[in-house]
Amino acid sequence: MSEREERVELTVDGETIAGRAGQSIAGVLLAAGRTHWRSTAAGGRPRGLFCGIGVCFDCIVTVNGVRDVRACQRRAHDGDVVLVQGPQDEGRAGEEP
Amino acid sequence: MASVIVVGAGIVGAAVARALAHEGHAVTVVERGASAGGTSASGEGNILVSDKALGPELDLALRSTELWRALEAELRAELPRDAPSIEFEPKGGVVVATTDDGARSLLAFAARQRTAGVVARELGPDEAHAAEPHLTDAVVAAVHYPGDAQVQPAIATEALLASARLAGARVLARAEVLAAAPGDGRIAGVVTSRGTLRADHVVVAAGPWSAAVAERLGSSLAVLPRRGVVLVTTRMPRTVRHKVYDADYVGAVESGAAGLQFSGVVESTASGTVLIGSSREQRGFDARLPTEVLRGLARRALALFPCLADAAVMRAYGGFRPYAPDHLPVIGEDARVPGLWFATGHEGAGIGLSLGPAELVADLLAGRPPSLDPAAFSPARAGLRTAERAA
Amino acid sequence: MTHVVVVGAGPAGLAAAAAAAEAGARVTLLDGAEHLGGQFWRHARADDDAPRAPRLQHAWSRYRALRDAVRRECEVVLGASVWAIDVSGERAVLHALVGEADGRAREPRSWRPDAVVLATGAHDRTLPFPGWDLPGVVTAGAAQAYAKAEGIALGRRVVVAGAGPFLLPAAVSAATAGSRVVGVYEANPLRTLASGWLPRAWRLAGAWRKGIEAAGYLADLARHRIPYRVGTAVVAAHGRERVEAVTIAALDATWRPVAGSERVVETDAVCVSHGFLPRLELPVAAGCALSAERFVVVDEDQRTSVPGFWAAGEITGIAGADAAIAEGRVAGASAAGAVPDPRALRMRARHGRFAERMHAAHGIRGGWTAWLTDETVVCRCEEVSYGRLVATLRHAPDAGLRSLKLATRAGLGICQARVCGRTVEELIVAERAPGDATSDARPLAIPVRLAELALGEDATPSQRKEHDV
Repeated sequence: MSEREERVELTVDGETIAGRAGQSIAGVLLAAGRTHWRSTAAGGRPRGLFCGIGVCFDCIVTVNGVRDVRACQRRAHDGDVVLVQGPQDEGRAGEEP
Repeated sequence: MASVIVVGAGIVGAAVARALAHEGHAVTVVERGASAGGTSASGEGNILVSDKALGPELDLALRSTELWRALEAELRAELPRDAPSIEFEPKGGVVVATTDDGARSLLAFAARQRTAGVVARELGPDEAHAAEPHLTDAVVAAVHYPGDAQVQPAIATEALLASARLAGARVLARAEVLAAAPGDGRIAGVVTSRGTLRADHVVVAAGPWSAAVAERLGSSLAVLPRRGVVLVTTRMPRTVRHKVYDADYVGAVESGAAGLQFSGVVESTASGTVLIGSSREQRGFDARLPTEVLRGLARRALALFPCLADAAVMRAYGGFRPYAPDHLPVIGEDARVPGLWFATGHEGAGIGLSLGPAELVADLLAGRPPSLDPAAFSPARAGLRTAERAA
Repeated sequence: MTHVVVVGAGPAGLAAAAAAAEAGARVTLLDGAEHLGGQFWRHARADDDAPRAPRLQHAWSRYRALRDAVRRECEVVLGASVWAIDVSGERAVLHALVGEADGRAREPRSWRPDAVVLATGAHDRTLPFPGWDLPGVVTAGAAQAYAKAEGIALGRRVVVAGAGPFLLPAAVSAATAGSRVVGVYEANPLRTLASGWLPRAWRLAGAWRKGIEAAGYLADLARHRIPYRVGTAVVAAHGRERVEAVTIAALDATWRPVAGSERVVETDAVCVSHGFLPRLELPVAAGCALSAERFVVVDEDQRTSVPGFWAAGEITGIAGADAAIAEGRVAGASAAGAVPDPRALRMRARHGRFAERMHAAHGIRGGWTAWLTDETVVCRCEEVSYGRLVATLRHAPDAGLRSLKLATRAGLGICQARVCGRTVEELIVAERAPGDATSDARPLAIPVRLAELALGEDATPSQRKEHDV
């Protein structure tokens, strides 16, 4: 089977989402109908894809425990564990991890 | 009351302008570029006593820290309510030694500081981890300095300027000082790119550019730029509570070596980023950032906080600190050109040390007995003169 | 043998690498993406022989020819994010991390080449408007990228707006991916467009391919029944969790909205771009001189002001892929020590005037700030509003860019002012005299993990294993 048809499965905040091999994580999320995932540090505003080419960092997610990965740039791998980032991950208001 | 020109709208110039304007002097701040655009906008905003050895600089730091603690409330009373906060944060510092030798010298250093009234609490490894849960397991001993604090330096500079303006000071930005205004030996003002300004006194607070300004005004000053570099991470869950330094920081600040030196300084900011310093290197006004410097900073930070391994560093910036060969600020009137004053040479401590010198200049200009002995900071002191002759 | 490193594998970089290899140099071609071709020929790695959306890929045969040439003749390192150029020593060193985007423990690699060709390209510039940070509002580049590489339609009813000829391919991309495009809204009025494109139009004859491209897009718009409106802009987006509608208004020639012309259009995706910004991190780190318009200055042979550095493509001026290929060919040959092919020089000359024309026809006009409200987010990363910026400027009447950024945190977030930098600079200029500070200097061209920074070391390619595509 060529890479074009291979399926990959990610878990996103515990939910399994399937995509095609070769897609970006943002591509998998968008194809599954998710238009936004991150929420901003100060206002808790929803954010998803904006520039699509790795410049704006709006789409960042935590992948396999590593923060601030641009979902539009990172290829989705089978078994990737994706967590969305929110104000609690961004050190506001002095809370402890 | 006198008319005074302050050269430089960085934090020291802003503090001097505020102190003099509040006494009723007619103050004009002359700035080559924009306010808070040089050294004051390229540091962490440290207000430290922990790194100051017993002596005149520690006295100045203790007095400045007192003034900072009062300033926040003063500014809140003076400035409009929607003015941004200067983010004064008395978070305290923790200095960490990871070797037995390092621990011995750190504890001895702190014991001497205590004789001057510095609060310096010794911490064993367990106490150090209680204060900083993510600190390296290699810690042998640490000292907690509750007196260390932090401020947002650019906002603080603008706030001091705003306070000065309310007291009648004027700021002339984009005006470069070209020469002294014609006079008869005593300073009579300055010729700038935006016209000639006359005044009874001129205070040079131009940071690392002070030597060049002194020369244009017919004097000289042995203050050189020494570059420091800071790394900034992306926002992350709060991992570091205090300003945390490795014990080498103290040695590096005191050292006069021209070569590249590192010491670890790690802290979180209110916005969630982590700041990582510090390096010191004499390389003129060369703004290039060698990767060797960035790597050295990263290694020192990881030695203190191994858990930062995956933290994303998004920015590196360098700033030029005004460095005097004997490591003391230069505060006072120039005996060779009456009416010409200096308030500079604070190196990397200029944010913390800005308020003390401002008070000192105001006292000396008014002929009042100052709260600190000004002799150690005199532009005529031997430590400076020797360097000027050598140059 | 001369060693040339080319940074960026879009049209300019591919052409530069091929030309340098043809001239006899040893060539290393680096790109942060996993595919060759850059944004212009963006595609999924698995689709390299047959693009997913062939209608959206222009001159794919040229891509294949260049791709085959560089694979044959050059060392190609993909997934190589160049994060710094160190020019503090005698010879410049390029530092890259090779591995997955934003990964950890990526492989550090460094090069000390004889010559560097920078071909880092450009990205969309989007002006802020109320609601532009709602999900579903994307750049025109994002719409194209996701249509080309992943076949994804970003919405059912799409609005395309902004300024420039590149709105057309964005609209066609969206339509091809299956969206209904409600309309394309170009901010500049017909008179401005005509004054840019029409005078001495025969001088553009050399760039005939552009004309055919544009005609093709216009035919596609007609085929998809997509209206193209000029002198019109999206001045606000509305919605809660995502965009649900936009306000469209007529603009005067300065881009000030005409009162009473507003109408609300339902939409679930908005693609907005007002032009392009060059990716200047590496040229600025190398010390390359910039023009007043802030593009990399190059000479006849595409040499920058810094010895050993050449530049090609959009970082030297926005002129499209054909010009980029011509510039790349000139730069690659020159960097390899050869005389550039006269045909490449002629091809470059033909496209040379395109950039000026485009700016005259589609450039941003100052009246746009009239559509901002106090609440409009200007800096997306740090969520700094227009009102906050203006209030801070009033509190600090002598502050410049640095002080303003530190006081408000505008431009200090993770994108490092790549999105809002020019906008914040222009808002300061609108309030007071121009300053000389810019947001262009980013010594770290991309974020680097602290451990990667600490553990990296200088190394030459010969000391390390070779990478393949």
